[in-house]
Amino acid sequence: MSTTINPLLEAKGITKYFGTITALENVNLKVHAGECLGVVGDNGAGKSTLMKVLSGLYKPSSGALFFQGKEEILESPRDSQNLGLEMVYQDLALAGNLPIGENIFLGREPTKNLGFLKLLDFNKIKELTNAHLDKLKINVKSADQKVEELSGGQRQAVAIARSTAFNAKVVIMDEPTAALAIKEVGKVLDLINSLKKTGVGVIVISHRMDDIFTVCDRVMALFQGTNFAEAKLSNTSRDEVIGWIMGKK
Amino acid sequence: MEDKDKKIESLHLKLIPYFEKYGILLLLVLMILVMHILQPDVFLSWRNVTNVFKQISWQSMLALGVFMVIVTAGIDLSVGSIMMLSLMILAVVAKAGAPWFIVVLTPLIAGFLCGLFNGLGITLLRMPHPFIMTLGTLYIFRGAGNLISGGTPISGFTDEVRYLGHGRIDLQWLGLEKSQYLPVSLVLIAIVYIIFWIFLNKSKTGKWIYAIGGNPNAARASGINVNKILVIVYSLCGFLSGIGALILAGRTDSGYPNAGLQSELDAIAACIIGGASFFGGRGTVLGVFAGVMIMGILRNGLNLMDVSSFWQQVLIGSIIVLAVYIDVLRRDIGTRK
Repeated sequence: MSTTINPLLEAKGITKYFGTITALENVNLKVHAGECLGVVGDNGAGKSTLMKVLSGLYKPSSGALFFQGKEEILESPRDSQNLGLEMVYQDLALAGNLPIGENIFLGREPTKNLGFLKLLDFNKIKELTNAHLDKLKINVKSADQKVEELSGGQRQAVAIARSTAFNAKVVIMDEPTAALAIKEVGKVLDLINSLKKTGVGVIVISHRMDDIFTVCDRVMALFQGTNFAEAKLSNTSRDEVIGWIMGKK
Repeated sequence: MEDKDKKIESLHLKLIPYFEKYGILLLLVLMILVMHILQPDVFLSWRNVTNVFKQISWQSMLALGVFMVIVTAGIDLSVGSIMMLSLMILAVVAKAGAPWFIVVLTPLIAGFLCGLFNGLGITLLRMPHPFIMTLGTLYIFRGAGNLISGGTPISGFTDEVRYLGHGRIDLQWLGLEKSQYLPVSLVLIAIVYIIFWIFLNKSKTGKWIYAIGGNPNAARASGINVNKILVIVYSLCGFLSGIGALILAGRTDSGYPNAGLQSELDAIAACIIGGASFFGGRGTVLGVFAGVMIMGILRNGLNLMDVSSFWQQVLIGSIIVLAVYIDVLRRDIGTRK
């Protein structure tokens, strides 16, 4: 059914060189609305590079990106954000010295006009933050709390909240559970499942088979910068996917 | 029991931000009290207080500029040289007979351009650290200042040019004596500090400056053009050094080769005493002001007590170490363990 309409996001023939190193070679990827795609691969397989290409942080050496069937050229992360494509980085990309709310709206702060001055609207930031955190059922003491005072799981939740605060259509998550305590993993996976239900396309990069097999619908493996294997989750097994990561079919 | 713990914890959470923000003011008030007790007749007299403000007037501009740079986790070693070069350009233009409104603008433009040069050098030449670029321009700008002036002082400016550094606002209409005037430079400090407080705390660009200091990758990932913001920050720092030059021109009525020598270190010291962190993202405009005041009052008070300037150096150095140690302690209380 979903294959008849355009995928939300499609990458065709992505190649990326860093000097003489080939990080990605002719890689294809697609994700549909409400679908979760798992991307697996060993260290250096090109997962992070691919995600940075998708988010506009890197420009591909060749290849094209299609968003809802239309080709898009991303000059910066701002471009991908404007399309509704959001990224949750492994290092979370949060500024610890700023409060939760200001992190969620960093770069896209609501403002109010005071005469000729355009000033930040802190009340609105707080209001929107509280409403959004409530919607995602994320508990923190206060939206004014600095991010550096939060636990790893709370930070991950803030990072996900940040990615979904602007009607995201595709959310890309790099190792969303890697730095978390076990009891916090479940909450983050629940959050991913509820995102899917709202029609968001999710791409999860993970080493953890538990993550992949809990939230994903499809899984693809990168090996040495190329597409190695891909399957619906119902048609594969953990052992097979682990084999792909090591380059065995 | 648990409720009580929670209450204490939330009280801590509420108090810590205030302490972080205003703790340095306690040190300032304490110093004023001590100086007042030691010099009860002189220290808080109208004449001495205005004197302190006149003495810190140009340093406060340099410190504010360096502060913004430090918030981005950078450093600007060239502010003293920017000020000297701007001052020399002002002096040369004034001697050439340019009208006063041109003369007044020259140091501001020169300072801004010097800062722009720093910012572009750091970002376009991809210098490994701003320390290197601004160490280079510390020499370049001072050398250039000596080249255009021939390395000799140039003196004698018109009253209009000297107004910001030397002007007085008469308060006799308030029933005060003629000697109880307000220095124009004090009003200027207040206006500039308020403008930059609003800029850093209430504008998007200001928030992004703090974000870059907190985590440049987060800023980049949020679509913030980090290099552009850095160029703006270094340009503004140069601009403020240019204002410093204009004030100094008014105060001394002269452009001289040694102007602002080592003042970049005073500016950095004021920021550090005021609670700015070298790691970036931390510090307040109010803190910088307190830092500048603490250094000014220390120098003034020690002069009043006829303490040798060598001891002043020792004391200022000690205050830097002490202030940062207090900061370390207060961070221990503030951070989650």
